[in-house]
Amino acid sequence: MSTHTGLLRFITAGSVDDGKSTLIGRLLYDSKSILADQLSAIEKTSERRGLTQVDLSLLTDGLEAEREQGITIDVAYRYFATPKRKFIIGDAPGHEQYTRNMVTAASTADVGIILIDARRGVLPQTRRHSYLARLVGIPRVVLAINKMDLVDYSREVFETIRTDYLAFAENLGFTEILPIPMSALEGDNVVETGDRMPWYTGPTLVDYLDTVPALHDGSDHPFRFPVQRVTRVMLGNQAEAVIGLPTEGEFRGYQGGVAAGTVRIGDAVRVLPIGKTSTVKSILTADGPLTEAQADSAVVLELADEIDISRGDMLVAASAEPIVTQDLEATMCWLSEEELTPQRKYWIKHTSRTVRASFKELLYRVDVNTLEKISGVDTLRMNDIARVKLRLQQPIFVDSYSENRITGSFIVIDDATNNTVGAGVIAPE
Amino acid sequence: MSVPANNIPGLLDEHHSDAGGYFSHLDALEAESIFILREVAAECRNAALLFSGGKDSAVALHLARKAYFPEKVGFTLLHVDTEHNYPEVIEFRDRIAEKFGCKLVVRSLEDSIKRGTIRMKSPDEARNPYQSVTLLESIAEFEFDACIGGGRRDEEKARAKERIFSFRDEFGQWDPKNQRPELWELYNTRVHKGENMRVFPISNWTELDVWQYILREKIELPEIYFAHERDIVRRNGVLVPVTHLTPPKPGETIEKITCRFRTVGDIPCTAPVESTAATIEDIVRETAVTRITERGATRLDDQTSDAAMERRKKEGYF
Repeated sequence: MSTHTGLLRFITAGSVDDGKSTLIGRLLYDSKSILADQLSAIEKTSERRGLTQVDLSLLTDGLEAEREQGITIDVAYRYFATPKRKFIIGDAPGHEQYTRNMVTAASTADVGIILIDARRGVLPQTRRHSYLARLVGIPRVVLAINKMDLVDYSREVFETIRTDYLAFAENLGFTEILPIPMSALEGDNVVETGDRMPWYTGPTLVDYLDTVPALHDGSDHPFRFPVQRVTRVMLGNQAEAVIGLPTEGEFRGYQGGVAAGTVRIGDAVRVLPIGKTSTVKSILTADGPLTEAQADSAVVLELADEIDISRGDMLVAASAEPIVTQDLEATMCWLSEEELTPQRKYWIKHTSRTVRASFKELLYRVDVNTLEKISGVDTLRMNDIARVKLRLQQPIFVDSYSENRITGSFIVIDDATNNTVGAGVIAPE
Repeated sequence: MSVPANNIPGLLDEHHSDAGGYFSHLDALEAESIFILREVAAECRNAALLFSGGKDSAVALHLARKAYFPEKVGFTLLHVDTEHNYPEVIEFRDRIAEKFGCKLVVRSLEDSIKRGTIRMKSPDEARNPYQSVTLLESIAEFEFDACIGGGRRDEEKARAKERIFSFRDEFGQWDPKNQRPELWELYNTRVHKGENMRVFPISNWTELDVWQYILREKIELPEIYFAHERDIVRRNGVLVPVTHLTPPKPGETIEKITCRFRTVGDIPCTAPVESTAATIEDIVRETAVTRITERGATRLDDQTSDAAMERRKKEGYF
């Protein structure tokens, strides 16, 4: 069981107007992740545009097409480190038509930062971003009440927005919501506290990110191991010495990542879908054998018994099995410009298993601005969030998404174009 | 704006984390990369790992060994050779491929030039931009459906927006506005015949992560990554090594300096940096406090414009 992860992934959700790019620029700048040539490039651009101050938002400008239009068209990833952690920022654009990008970036995030312009307060997009963050299972959010410099660092403004937001977010079920008053432009409460808001005594954004638990930290969910690949080798003719293996005979092991829980030698595991039980004989890595492996580790497992196992099968704790089912009810985001044809069959990829699926029923669509359920849905269009029922050609092994992101999620693939057209989470309404 | 060298998690930490305790950023990055490489091994029919002998490809190969363990690496190592490489790097490439029992295929720009598929404007022109042609010809020749590269998102703006599994059409083109969404760890590897995937297993690593990992794992590298004496001239703020391909221009003074390479590629477009870092520890420390980006300091080919890489990727470049 992991107690602390040295890598944290978070997303920033908000529009250009909320100062999102400036916030990211500020994080990179104050953590000294910007280097001299990058800084001089944005200095030159700022000067050319007639700005008196260096525009930190230019650091996150990506593609030619975006610079021409002054918008962000896709998810971008940024990196910085503090003495305590390395961070990966998923930068999701805030425009309404890019719900799919927000969902994409948020799917791997441990923490969400929801930006609010202190002058404008809680907006429909704030609600939308919060709903989507919760939908993809982000447990903790920072409510970054930004541009405090433009409201005279007013405590009242901060308190009003905080109260408004908490009233709305109460029902979403976040584990933690931390409102921080901030000026990304001036740097207050991003890395340093600054001295303009002495009434705020909580952590700065980076203080919080340094210590907040990552998704799997301290988690104690039952063991899940989707088999990625079966490896069979005749021992004794490897290119390199292999620690922990006998020197002759045939070795058969299962390569994969531990999707949840911890596995130890001697643990009883059930093999799905076949349903047979065995025990873990060894846990191997290229660096030598282990006695246990925790969530997120990439290992090779060997079982005590010979069982016919292939990619797409799953080894699970014998004491706590997932649900084995061919019928799914899930909340989906449609990602493709081409709308769903409910009469067609699609592929779904769930862990290492890809199966045929048909859409049995489109229950309702969710208006992401009002969170209203709209019935009478006959197709799904890009950026739609909807509740659906699927029938699968073969069973998959699922947990509720809130318990396990890996066994609780799937993507939909169009077999004609091979595009990823949808994403779903398996969770109660 | 200098960075204290202790401003980095576990800067010189050589040890793996204990199971059940701290899962370091290198542990997390390594596990993610192994997972990605196993998806390629399991789902792609015929994958190549682009192996130039550079540090990023050495790290990718090291991760591939861990992914395949206890098997030998099943990917074909492919080098698109400009024939303008440092001999130490080529020697390293061949030796490492043999050491790990990997199949190595080398395809040369020279062959494409002979076939007439590459027409250079002048013989001493930088060859990197033309690698795409030979790469696409190699993909067609061997029918590779996936090519694994050591590209990282921190290298450059266009890379920051590219997927880990980056779909390319039959012309090898990257369409930034039409990328497959990538959620969780559910990678869509499906391609039609003639199309292919470019796969970047170390997308989420930074230059410093790479060096910290090389230190921890004791990964072998070509000698030119470490401080050595070399004749150079100073031109437009960069150090140009004096070689038969890059002779000094009239009026330039040759200096002997102590330097090392931060990236390794085609001779005419790769410049060394002044450095006395002779060990990996030295390089990790130096990387942690450097003030210039990897490409900014050393790549003569990306400096032409902000959008240089984006345009090249659209044309089939890695």
